[in-house]
Amino acid sequence: MTVALVETRISEWRAAVLRGGAVADTDADELEGHLREQISDLEAVGLAGDEAFLVAVKRLGEVHQITAEFAREHGERLWKQLAMPRPDDGRLRSTVTMLAFAAVTAVLIQLARVLTAMPGASEAWFVRDVSLFVLPVLAAYFALVRRMPGRRALVLVAIVGVLALAVNLFPFADGAGTEILVAIHLPVALWFVVGAAYVGGDIRASARRMDFIRFTGEWAIYYALIALGGGVLVGLTIAVLTPIAPGAVEQVITWVLPSGAAGAVIVAAWLVEEKKSVIENLAPVLTAIFTPLFAVMLLGSAVVYGVVGSGQEFDRDLLFVFDLLLLVVLGLVVYGISARDGARGAGAMDAVRLVAVVAAIALDVLVLASMFERVGEFGFTANRVAALGLNLVLLVNLTVTAWLTARLLTGRGQAVRVERWQTGYLPVFAAWVAVVVLALPPIFGFA
Amino acid sequence: MNIDKDLVAAMATPLVLAILVQGTSYGYAILGRVRELSGGDVEWTDGMLYPLLHRLERLGYIGAEWGASPEGRRRRYYEITEAGRAQLVEQRTQWATANRTLGALWGQTASPAGA
Repeated sequence: MTVALVETRISEWRAAVLRGGAVADTDADELEGHLREQISDLEAVGLAGDEAFLVAVKRLGEVHQITAEFAREHGERLWKQLAMPRPDDGRLRSTVTMLAFAAVTAVLIQLARVLTAMPGASEAWFVRDVSLFVLPVLAAYFALVRRMPGRRALVLVAIVGVLALAVNLFPFADGAGTEILVAIHLPVALWFVVGAAYVGGDIRASARRMDFIRFTGEWAIYYALIALGGGVLVGLTIAVLTPIAPGAVEQVITWVLPSGAAGAVIVAAWLVEEKKSVIENLAPVLTAIFTPLFAVMLLGSAVVYGVVGSGQEFDRDLLFVFDLLLLVVLGLVVYGISARDGARGAGAMDAVRLVAVVAAIALDVLVLASMFERVGEFGFTANRVAALGLNLVLLVNLTVTAWLTARLLTGRGQAVRVERWQTGYLPVFAAWVAVVVLALPPIFGFA
Repeated sequence: MNIDKDLVAAMATPLVLAILVQGTSYGYAILGRVRELSGGDVEWTDGMLYPLLHRLERLGYIGAEWGASPEGRRRRYYEITEAGRAQLVEQRTQWATANRTLGALWGQTASPAGA
């Protein structure tokens, strides 16, 4: 009789521990084992079953304290949780807030379009400044949602202000290469501002940085999905309505499209937060598919380049292609790391990752060597400096990543070291991007 | 006498590592050992041990493996690693320094008061 009662109590207790998702099933096994051991020891000294249960539970501690402690240790598990249980009005408020911010950026984009049409403005200005009308809104959204302290928020406002002023006051020459560089790098610089807001200004904590890395990847996936759906919608709208009203449709689309693209930035960010477990399950699958494929591709390319030799005439843009390649590899690696279970040891996936990284490094070194010859031949231009700098930044990151992964595989290192390295390296990326946006244009005379 | 909560928290890592240096063990037994060694003075909320063990495992100081108790119950056994031993040596030096510093002060002030 009492045995059955105690069993019920234990399973109730176990369910309470598991609620909230911070404690995994196996952890609950471990805790339950402890509880049962304590109960049988107490019974052995004469306590009745239910008394023993009460004492044992008390010794183990308040369930919410235990789960909070587990949550602190296993942040990545909470990440998996769909929106924490919260009242319905909370969900409504979150949706309304998101829609409001999406609307703000949608309107701002239209404002930018109007400004572009003004005399003195140009298409180039729109391309260069467009991110300033979108990403600061996203940063503001996170600053609000995370209840960021006012002083920290002001720092972010100041950073955005400096960036906006600088790129708009720079006297770029017509069709200047540095202006294109700024157009490419400014969104990245602003993305770091978004990151600072995303972590609520808590930029030093490695775990929070990792959260932001995860967020970035998942945001990209959501955005791509929304863009895909949006593309189908627009395509069908054009196909259906053009026969009736040829001119009007095009007009409407050119107005709707930019606003939709900008609003989707906020919506995607909100979706990442609201529906974490959806993509959380998808992202590891994607990296598991693409890491080996990229490893094969990189290995093949490295061999071909090694055999054919890198003395060929390289196209000027080739280094940018390799930067892009390294970025993708880094993305796969970081993503793979962020999705791996920290407690697990090295696995086959780590080996594949190592192959991909080493092949990418080898390939890049071959290209880099020939690029340096070219620079020696033709001197430095802003483009080459930007491309070489990014390449170097990525190369250092990947080399250390390879080293740490190799140590992990040989059992002499921990996965957490790879993670720390990546989170610790974020400021280097931010610094490099800031250099390209703020320093390169003046250095190269805004040409 | 109950030891202050913060001090217990500070002791937790070296305590667990030092117990594991003596041999592989599991949560319930580690807590039993702590209680026995301190004569019950070190109060520990049992449940808090497990997140700590997981943290030490993530940092590579200890390794863990599922096994079975003699009665056939599933149990997670913890074992100290080389990194854990190194960490323990490091912690031990720090504690010795703290001990020596406080001891030097209290050794001086205690004797005149006692005399």
